[in-house]
Amino acid sequence: MYLRSDERGPAVSNRLALRIALFGGIAVVLFAILFFRLWRLQVLDGEQYLAEAKNNRTREYRVSAPRGEILDRNGELLVGNRTSLALQVNPRKLPEDPAERRAELSQLADLTHSTLRRVRRTMREELKLAPAAPVTLRRDVGHFLVYYLQENQDRFPGVEVQRVFVRDYPNATLAAHILGNVGEISPEELKDPRYKDLQPGDEVGQDGVEDTYDGFLRGDPGLTRIQVDALGQPTPNGRLVSKPPAPGESLKLSIDAEVQAAGEAGLASYGSGAFVTMDVRTGEILGLGSSPTFEPTLFTRPLTQKQVDETYLNPAAPLANRAISGLYPTGSTFKLITALAALEEGAISPTDVIVDGGSITVGGQPFQNAGGAALGAVDMARALEVSSDVYFYLLGQEMWNTGGLQRWAHKLGIGRPTGIDLPVPAGAEGLLPSQHWRNQLYEEGGTDRPWSVGDNIQLATGQGDLQANPLQMAIAYAALGNGGTVVTPHVGKEVTDAAGRVLKEFDPPAQRQVKIDPESRSVILEGLHDAAQSPGGTSYEVFGGFPVPVAGKTGTAQRDEQADQSWYVILAPYPDPKIVTAVTIEEGGFGAESAAPAALDILEAYFNKHTTGPAGPNGGSPG
Amino acid sequence: MYATRARQAKLEPFAVRPGIAERLGLPYMDGPLALFAGALAAFSVFTLSQSTLHDVPGSPNYFVDRQAVYSVLGIAGMYLLARIDYSRFRELRVGIYTFLCVSISLVFVFGFAARGSRRAFDLPFFSFQPSELGKLLLVLALAGFVIDGARKGSDRQRTVRYLCLGLAPAALVFLQPDLGTSLVYGAITLAVMYVGGVPWTHFAVIGAAIVAMAAFVLAVAPAIGTPLLKDYQTQRLTSFLHPSEDPSDAGYQQNQAKTAIGSGETTGRGDRATQTRLDFVPERHTDFIFAVIGERYGFMGAALVLSLYALLIWRALRIVTLSKNSYGTLVAAGIAAMLLFQVFVNVGMNLGIMPITGIPLPLMSYGGSAVLATFLAIGVLQSIHMQARLSQRGRFAW
Repeated sequence: MYLRSDERGPAVSNRLALRIALFGGIAVVLFAILFFRLWRLQVLDGEQYLAEAKNNRTREYRVSAPRGEILDRNGELLVGNRTSLALQVNPRKLPEDPAERRAELSQLADLTHSTLRRVRRTMREELKLAPAAPVTLRRDVGHFLVYYLQENQDRFPGVEVQRVFVRDYPNATLAAHILGNVGEISPEELKDPRYKDLQPGDEVGQDGVEDTYDGFLRGDPGLTRIQVDALGQPTPNGRLVSKPPAPGESLKLSIDAEVQAAGEAGLASYGSGAFVTMDVRTGEILGLGSSPTFEPTLFTRPLTQKQVDETYLNPAAPLANRAISGLYPTGSTFKLITALAALEEGAISPTDVIVDGGSITVGGQPFQNAGGAALGAVDMARALEVSSDVYFYLLGQEMWNTGGLQRWAHKLGIGRPTGIDLPVPAGAEGLLPSQHWRNQLYEEGGTDRPWSVGDNIQLATGQGDLQANPLQMAIAYAALGNGGTVVTPHVGKEVTDAAGRVLKEFDPPAQRQVKIDPESRSVILEGLHDAAQSPGGTSYEVFGGFPVPVAGKTGTAQRDEQADQSWYVILAPYPDPKIVTAVTIEEGGFGAESAAPAALDILEAYFNKHTTGPAGPNGGSPG
Repeated sequence: MYATRARQAKLEPFAVRPGIAERLGLPYMDGPLALFAGALAAFSVFTLSQSTLHDVPGSPNYFVDRQAVYSVLGIAGMYLLARIDYSRFRELRVGIYTFLCVSISLVFVFGFAARGSRRAFDLPFFSFQPSELGKLLLVLALAGFVIDGARKGSDRQRTVRYLCLGLAPAALVFLQPDLGTSLVYGAITLAVMYVGGVPWTHFAVIGAAIVAMAAFVLAVAPAIGTPLLKDYQTQRLTSFLHPSEDPSDAGYQQNQAKTAIGSGETTGRGDRATQTRLDFVPERHTDFIFAVIGERYGFMGAALVLSLYALLIWRALRIVTLSKNSYGTLVAAGIAAMLLFQVFVNVGMNLGIMPITGIPLPLMSYGGSAVLATFLAIGVLQSIHMQARLSQRGRFAW
């Protein structure tokens, strides 16, 4: 059956012919496979592969855009940008050997105060989106680390240093709570439609106006499309299309840096607390601060454990913005609301006189003036001037089950969201205790007794279950000061482009109008004016010598297990207020002891500017 | 008798004064075979001239010039071999076989290493890769052994003997390591045995053994901790089953080659080609040159090249049937199998349906040893054709 070697001529037997035919058949089948495959790839699916190839040859590098600047109302720079060095790793240039790779990455993790796991996770996530791009491990690394890495380049192959924009705060802590900070977008935020065009690693505002106005401040990253070869290396002349990064728009705040600085300095000298200064007509915030504060620049670089302890884990909560979320009983500053409610509800007339004997007893429970002093015969204005508790206790008693006090407090914004253009934590609206609220709580077993007259007596003087923040008090006072407009407080004033042209102005409409009898208003303002600037008034010692007529009310709130909370809310100038300032100092004692002097600092800063210059906050001269 | 003589006498003037073509032996050669081979070589030079301009800094025609020289040398070698009676190689089979094994072994001693494997000698003008020429040598020697051993021993003994003779050089090449070429050796061995008449049952056993071995090498051996293939080899062999996005991965390369070919669509992208121009496709002048053709010249170009190969192999198979003796049949079959196997595996690899094995595309892939060896193999085919024609002439003439 094997071939015969000595055969001559075409040596093709039948068996061999079969085998050769089969061989030819196999060849035909193999070529058919190749042809069909080629046909499929090029003719049927060619379009798809062409698109893939076109996509392949370019790499898009995002060029980060600087965020817009944040300015105060006079154009003073509050937040700018500086360039800083970011540590990046080019995964293609890392050692191929897994062990070496691991060793280098763990060394890098140590140097950047991170862990190998975190570094790997970061790399995985970023590589998923941009397979060729270098991965940023750390922003704003120190120069020493950069020098170290550059000197030891051979030990750290694939490590690159790139310049990036970092937020810069020329005024250190000034307005820290308003400004907020900037941080890498979180996985949750990425799902938010607000951030729909962003990618992991992009930076967005976190808290403060950086968050609220992120859409304006955040620039549009530029795109550089570079033709690259398979190693991701740019080819010569391979820069295809470049879209320059568009810097973010500038945000001008209504904040006045000088007022802000005065308020912060005032707070700092008395401890923990908060202040708000607001235009009573427009709701523009001129200053808003909280103490203790923090340096926003802290968040531009990785936090050390010590810094974490001092910020996030600090019991004094420096990151909390007490002005919009600090909840306290308001003490006597609430009397303005009680007075207004009583007048408007007809519970009393301005001229009705009550003899303040120093204390009253209701339902067997004694209610005393602060210090137990008997203030004698007082009418409405006088009661406010000397802050007669007994007078207001009686008003509280009068209205205990009518809901009148709650109705007016509610109208003026107590227990309601303020609507400010800053991120506000849940529950910051506080609590306005009412008959309905307590009775329901009682039914649910949340408290040991239903609403009683004592509760309303407490509320009338800003004590008991009341929880309000300084901004709410400022809004309530502003409503009285402006004749009934409950403004929407805001810090954002306008957005301008790089050339300074105004692109958008923020002038949120008032939340609501409250009908206030002008007579009631003037009586109350008169009482507050006397309290501040008439001898015998509760804050006369502080404001008696102040050149601008003002109307201010002290408050001293008793708190469980803490020294008294000091409050001061002031409208100025009297009788036609332009601004309101609310100050509260934790454990600050009597209102005139700490909160009022802090308010004085703020007013001095404000009126230094506005009595000498012709322009007030609204372009007019304060009266 | 007289009549025959008379006819011969009439032919005498032609025999006495043959034309130049006659003297060069051209009428007895397979013209189409030479044409197809030459066309492929020319296409290779043309493709390289367009696609490798920037590969070697300072000498834009580095690959083009060299490939052109190799092709010219190869065509000359083809002609010379065509004029030699291939039957002589049958007598030299032991010498050829010894030379084959020794030259491959010498690479381990004198060869220089490129990318982790020792395959070639560094000669003054070019690096010579014995395993390329070895493909032809193996065909010539093995066919001789098969003819020679046709009457020795039982079927089974013969089968084992041929297998051993074929697999010994294959093993040597595998150790260089050069997996692709060793597979070509295996294909040649099987083809020569097949045409040589090894019983079907033996092929069934061999087929089963191959499947078992592949399973062992790729799956079992690594699992028990003694991998026989280097990591990159296993990866290449299996990567076409799971394409990958990781550029360092073999599957990625294959993906890129596939994308390159697909993106050529019907008429090709010409100089707008990016996949193969910008290094997305690795080894574009050697193993992946078909991807370059596919992208640059589209389906028209790629199908033309594929057709030329189909025609080339058709001519080779035709010569298998024409051969004047069994040795020629076996040699032609071995060469046809060698060409078919290389074309199918290389193009299949470019098209993403075969594993990456580092087998060059005959006459197209850049490389002196491969081009020369392929032309020499075609020269042997020409010789078989020529001898067959000459003997036919004799039959008609006498």
